[in-house]
Amino acid sequence: MSLNDILDQLFPAGHGVTIANQVITGQAQTAQGPVAVLGTTDAAAIDHAMALDLADFVLATVEQHPGRPLVFLVDTCGQALSRSQELLCLNGSLAHLASCVDLARRQGHPSLSLVTANAVSGGFLSFGLMADQAYALADAQVRVMDLRAMARVTKIAHERLVELAATSPIFAPGAESYVRMGGIAAIWPEPSASLLESALAAARQAAPASDRRMASGLERGGRQLAAGIAQAVGA
Amino acid sequence: MLDFRFASKPGARPDHPALCGVVGSGNLEILVQPGEQPDCCQVRIKTSARGFGATWHAVLGDFAASHPAGGTAIAINDMGATPAVVSLRLAQALADYQGGAL
Amino acid sequence: MSLSLTNRHSWFEATARARINGLLDAGSFSEILPPAASQPSPHLAQLDLPGAFDDGVIVGYGKLEKKPIFVIAQEGQFMGGAVGEIHGAKIVGLLRRAAREKPAAVLFLIDSGGVRLHEANAGLIAISEIMRAVLNARAAGVPVIALVGGSCGAFGGMGIVAKLCSAILISEEGRLALSGPEVIETVAGVEEFDAKDRALVWRVTGGKHRYLMGDCAMLVDDDIAAFRTGTTAFLADWREPAPSAALLRARQQVLENRLAAYGTLRDGLQVWAALGVAQPESVPMLDRDSLVALKEGLPT
Repeated sequence: MSLNDILDQLFPAGHGVTIANQVITGQAQTAQGPVAVLGTTDAAAIDHAMALDLADFVLATVEQHPGRPLVFLVDTCGQALSRSQELLCLNGSLAHLASCVDLARRQGHPSLSLVTANAVSGGFLSFGLMADQAYALADAQVRVMDLRAMARVTKIAHERLVELAATSPIFAPGAESYVRMGGIAAIWPEPSASLLESALAAARQAAPASDRRMASGLERGGRQLAAGIAQAVGA
Repeated sequence: MLDFRFASKPGARPDHPALCGVVGSGNLEILVQPGEQPDCCQVRIKTSARGFGATWHAVLGDFAASHPAGGTAIAINDMGATPAVVSLRLAQALADYQGGAL
Repeated sequence: MSLSLTNRHSWFEATARARINGLLDAGSFSEILPPAASQPSPHLAQLDLPGAFDDGVIVGYGKLEKKPIFVIAQEGQFMGGAVGEIHGAKIVGLLRRAAREKPAAVLFLIDSGGVRLHEANAGLIAISEIMRAVLNARAAGVPVIALVGGSCGAFGGMGIVAKLCSAILISEEGRLALSGPEVIETVAGVEEFDAKDRALVWRVTGGKHRYLMGDCAMLVDDDIAAFRTGTTAFLADWREPAPSAALLRARQQVLENRLAAYGTLRDGLQVWAALGVAQPESVPMLDRDSLVALKEGLPT
């Protein structure tokens, strides 16, 4: 499904976005008012320029449109793999972007992200997973690494990983694993305005500081240890 | 997982457990706590290396025979340490435990 | 002042527990969820791997020069210090507790390659939770200081976490980046990044480079006592700022300027020359005090 089709279905009341260098920025209309729309497209490999463009747009929204919700559209193959990117501390630009999203939340901007195609690793961490809630389209690919590469790095047989992945969401690639673990709130069978409106309403109701993903992972059975341990340490 | 029990001379039995070592490649961690029987050393081992039961038995047996390890419960997480490293860490762990180290 | 070899206790070589013992006031440390009260990760057990009682991270509280301090210390020798379900939950719990109890600071001894692949999804979500928890603790007024100098450095998601902290104190041995050089070489070729060229790796990701670029607040000797002194000195002068758009806007400008100025460069030597260092090739040989003096003398 093309980005334009996704936008048309999410925002039937109208949308106006610019795409430059695989970065999406713009606005759209919803039944609850205008929202900021931003993100990446074409499985972008996130680099400094993209992270800073996104951060700039988040800050501009905070500065000029108090309370306006942020809708992130995520399509990334992870971070750019380049020496010059590392030279200038790419983790720093991703952290800066994450800080901007967090500031927006603190200043009363509800947020949600929607994985439209790919969400991998560092790219997903820096904005998709910083939103109040993350969602994914049905055919989205969400993962840290594919199983073959994982087998090479961990030196565990690929067949063994495939076998375990069938029953364990702990490392099995796929949006379903993330739903069970509490990282993704729900999978949408297709982009729809009504699903978006419900998600926005839910985001508005969530208290700014709370991160309920561990509790969700426990309820859904995907992460059975995290919530109890955090509680035991934090008590 | 391997479980062993050895007779051993009783030693000091402080309340505080002692931890020694790190689970890195060729290394192991050893946790020593008070055990149930004063003249017995219980050992439970979790290890990545298969088929070394007889080696563990020999190393642990030597340790129990030559140290006052009675009254201890020892838990080991091992990632392929050699017998020499195991013996060294066992002695260190017991010394830390009985010396009152936390 | 250079430390004599006999007095020096290398941070790089030390275990996480040894670092904590040398960093905090003697005997002041109390571990939360100690090994005797913990079970190793069942996820590793399922893959026939031995776990660790503390799952590779120690959390607790103690004192630094008599001030109440919380500590998180990752053990780089266990599974590359990488974050799994239990490991991540301990860190999040500690940070949440810090936001409530407001110690003088949280010291985050980072020594990690990032997500533990054996628990990939749990690790990724956990790092996301750590990111938010760090920002929450800071928003509650609690400084979160990253100390980087171990064999794993601060890479992957933990490289992002490090840059979310109030500041980073790093040693010459320390490294801070996102993707490991080996990964870049595998995917983009040896011309792009020769991971075996250690000198290059340190010129791109190492403590001296990060310090000269301003990505780390302080450079310290590879010595536990030096980390202690450096942390104490840093905290004495630090007031945690409230989150603000103005601060982030200023940071945005700095980062944009930097990208414009240095975006095409490929080696620390080129950056240091551009910063005004007269003899960039001498930087790797300079001792800590000389490098700090050099940086302080650079045009701003």
